[in-house]
Amino acid sequence: MKLYNGGKIITGLVIFLGIFLAPLAYNAGKAAYIQPKLKMPENEKECVESKEFMRTKHMQLLDQWRDWALRDGQRMYVNSKGKVFEMSLQKTCMKCHTNKAEFCDKCHNDASVTPYCWDCHVQPEGLKK
Amino acid sequence: MNHTRRNFLKFAGLTAAGLCVASAGGALAVSGAGSAIRDDEKILKAKRWAMVIDAKRVRTKETIDTLAKACHAAHNVPDIPGKQNIKWLWAASFEEAFDQPNNYMDEGLEKSLFPLLCNHCTNAPCVRVCPTKATYKRADGIVAMDYHRCIGCRYCMAGCPFGARSFNFMEPRLHLDLAALNKEFPTRMRGVVEKCNFCVERLAHGKQPACVEASQGALVFGDLSDPASEVRKLLREHYTIRRKPSLGTEPGVYYII
Repeated sequence: MKLYNGGKIITGLVIFLGIFLAPLAYNAGKAAYIQPKLKMPENEKECVESKEFMRTKHMQLLDQWRDWALRDGQRMYVNSKGKVFEMSLQKTCMKCHTNKAEFCDKCHNDASVTPYCWDCHVQPEGLKK
Repeated sequence: MNHTRRNFLKFAGLTAAGLCVASAGGALAVSGAGSAIRDDEKILKAKRWAMVIDAKRVRTKETIDTLAKACHAAHNVPDIPGKQNIKWLWAASFEEAFDQPNNYMDEGLEKSLFPLLCNHCTNAPCVRVCPTKATYKRADGIVAMDYHRCIGCRYCMAGCPFGARSFNFMEPRLHLDLAALNKEFPTRMRGVVEKCNFCVERLAHGKQPACVEASQGALVFGDLSDPASEVRKLLREHYTIRRKPSLGTEPGVYYII
């Protein structure tokens, strides 16, 4: 069997594999990703729903809250334990999670997501010029 | 098993059906956590919210400014100098307001100003033209906005015959007193349209609109469909007009002239 242009092809493959595997080599030996330590509310132990639900599904919950409150005019949320909360980011969530930088931003920065909540909603620390 | 084409197709069909059921189940499981929603016990409800403004009692710049201030403070509305200002409630002359020019008008009306706001029309043109349903009509007659959905196309501004809508040409927070923000209400961002919302967020907790509270009785808010309501009583007892009735939008704001 004869490989035409073998030298170029093999060199190309080596370069491709080198670039492709560079991130693995770069991160080899470094510690695995750890979830950031968040500043939890001091006065409140339980969130609207369970910790696991909030961690993975808070965006869906907020999305539904917005539609229920604005479109349907139903502003009270009864959670799976029967406790009632007002569906409001500023009036409910941020009353306990009083620090955006120490709570929201930590995970969002690590996950490299920039939700635009705070373009309009007022963050709990207040706004500065 | 016999490797025939028939068996292969059966297997492929069953697999596809199984995948469909599994993914549909997953999508259903996302919604809520087995929870319910309801409204606040204190909520004020109506079939058709409306406002009656006693224009004889609010006819100067100062009195209308007090109403505007109360409204704008409650909703974090910025004060931007020039043509790009944002207004939810503002003052205008008789001709601007009612489109009925008269060469020989009585001096009282000619010189007085009228508080204007979104009319929350029954046939709201802004609702009809909004391509994203960011502006929508609630069952209680309020024309509300979901700023999350607004794409800033300004069709609603072209559609509204009352000039009740303002566009955020610039970042509104640059012109807000950030220390005095109402922390219970959001601001808006650059590139969205905004307008009066008849204080839905206050009605939801049993409070009257901010301008009505600040008006010392000159503005009355109530249910138009209830013959015993305060607004219907005022409409029975006084001669009232609405803005541009010939357009057929059926405004929900009445003026005692």
